[in-house]
Amino acid sequence: MKARLQKILGYVIATVAVLLVWAALSLLIGNPALPLPTVALLQLYHKLPDMLPHLAVSLWRVLLAMSIGTLCGSIAGLIIGRTGRLDLIAAPLLYVLYPIPKIVFVPVLLVLLGLGSAPAIVLIATVIFFQTLVTARDAAKSLSPDLVLSVRSLGASRIDIARHVVVPATLPNIFTALRISTGTAIAVLFITESIAGNTGIGFYVVNAWGRIDYPTMFAGIIAMAMMGVALYEVINFVERRLVRWKD
Amino acid sequence: MTVSQHQHKVSSDCAALKLRAVGLTYRSAQKETRALDGFSLEVACGEPIAIIGPSGCGKTSLLNLIAGLRAPTTGEVIVRGQTVTKPRQQTSLILQDYGLLPWKTVLDNAALGLVVQKVSRSAARAQAQEALRTVGIEDFAAAYPGELSGGMRQRLALARAMALQTDLMLMDEPLSALDALTREELQNVLLDLWQNAAYAQVLVTHSVEEAVLLGKRIVLMTPRPGKVRAIIDNPAMGSRAYRQSATFHQQCTLLRQLLLESASDTDAPDDKAEESVQK
Ligand SMILES: Nc1ncnc2c1ncn2[C@@H]1O[C@H](COP(=O)(O)OP(=O)(O)O)[C@@H](O)[C@H]1O
Ligand SMILES: [Mg+2]
Repeated sequence: MKARLQKILGYVIATVAVLLVWAALSLLIGNPALPLPTVALLQLYHKLPDMLPHLAVSLWRVLLAMSIGTLCGSIAGLIIGRTGRLDLIAAPLLYVLYPIPKIVFVPVLLVLLGLGSAPAIVLIATVIFFQTLVTARDAAKSLSPDLVLSVRSLGASRIDIARHVVVPATLPNIFTALRISTGTAIAVLFITESIAGNTGIGFYVVNAWGRIDYPTMFAGIIAMAMMGVALYEVINFVERRLVRWKD
Repeated sequence: MTVSQHQHKVSSDCAALKLRAVGLTYRSAQKETRALDGFSLEVACGEPIAIIGPSGCGKTSLLNLIAGLRAPTTGEVIVRGQTVTKPRQQTSLILQDYGLLPWKTVLDNAALGLVVQKVSRSAARAQAQEALRTVGIEDFAAAYPGELSGGMRQRLALARAMALQTDLMLMDEPLSALDALTREELQNVLLDLWQNAAYAQVLVTHSVEEAVLLGKRIVLMTPRPGKVRAIIDNPAMGSRAYRQSATFHQQCTLLRQLLLESASDTDAPDDKAEESVQK
């Protein structure tokens, strides 16, 4: 309970600090392109009904994409990390592909998949896929051989080892990877939504910008930040459920 | 108190373990390592054996072979009349780091062997609970191994084996990470468990006292490639009080002497044992 209060207090202090700096900058610059936070917040209050469908679409896209990416990335990473021969081929390939900024594929994906949700989902899933793949592989490789031997001596099959040893051992690393990539996921979401289509919070922000409606644009940015916090907390919540032994 | 230089004849009819001229060579791209060569030993049902030998002589490898985690390059490993080809339910292996899973509770760790054997979850937990009671840590069933002391982790590893109704207990220097007091306490636990459950036991140790306290026979190994160098009969073992007896101290002295002899004997051939053959 105390920890939760502290956390909320932390968020409050951080928010106030951001708003104060923002207000100071706004007053200093004195340009309508950076309105006061009060103006943006008021606008958020007025435009929320308009904004909600866009937010919902974005949240759905990013959640689905992150789930798919994590699931596929973790499974592939664990298999590669635990299969010596496969790793010999897969590891170099992985380290060639991993550093490529996946965002460069936006044009190709737009041509291939159209302007709907598909490009954003595929792109975010790909980013998350590589992030969790690399993490899961490294974690699975660094597993103590003695631990695996001990459990094997109990008559455990490969599936048992995966279920009782490999997956739980690597789960904390996978969650860390996921948390780190939340920011990237939202950035990719914003870019794809702002380039193509007419749905999503990224589109909403860029559209406001095009209309030179800065208060609405910043209202959208605030909404996006809140979406990021929500995602982060969802990840923390799931982690607390699944990784109880590490507190 | 006799020292037999050759294979000891086990009087009992029932053989828990037969090692027939077992050899093991590790092969990798660069080199071959002969870990064991012509290791022969019979262990009767319910008999506790202690193995002692220089480091790197193949003790851990030997236990892995008996546990069915590796196949011998030559020779044969037979447990209760069956050639070992894969891990066997009632053979328990306890390694130095105990092999506990930090993400499972004490109870679930104790139940792991049963769960893997597809015993129903409730039955597994009941049996595991019983095993925890046997080793005296039932009050910590809901804790995680990370919250236990070294001695308690060792007890948990024993409980996991006990839950499987083990009839062959293999232990690789299980007490070496414990402080002196806990170590003595755990030696007593091992003694009690063995007396109550009457499993055959192969205990690898580098402590002379531990070998004499817990081994009805003590097998002294040669340097790598390991085989039986000598077997010391130690029939008086079997109670905690043995520790205080004159016989105990004589046996310790004898064993220590043999260890020293074998160390000096093998000074020269030791280098040749580094058989890293270029392929
Ligand atoms: N998995 C392995 N691959 C290659 N060589 C190994 C492996 N395990 C052990 N060895 C080698 O085999 C020899 C015996 O090792 P081990 O059985 O661990 O000895 P001990 O337990 O008596 O110290 C050592 O030289 C060791 O380096
Ligand atoms: Mg060893």
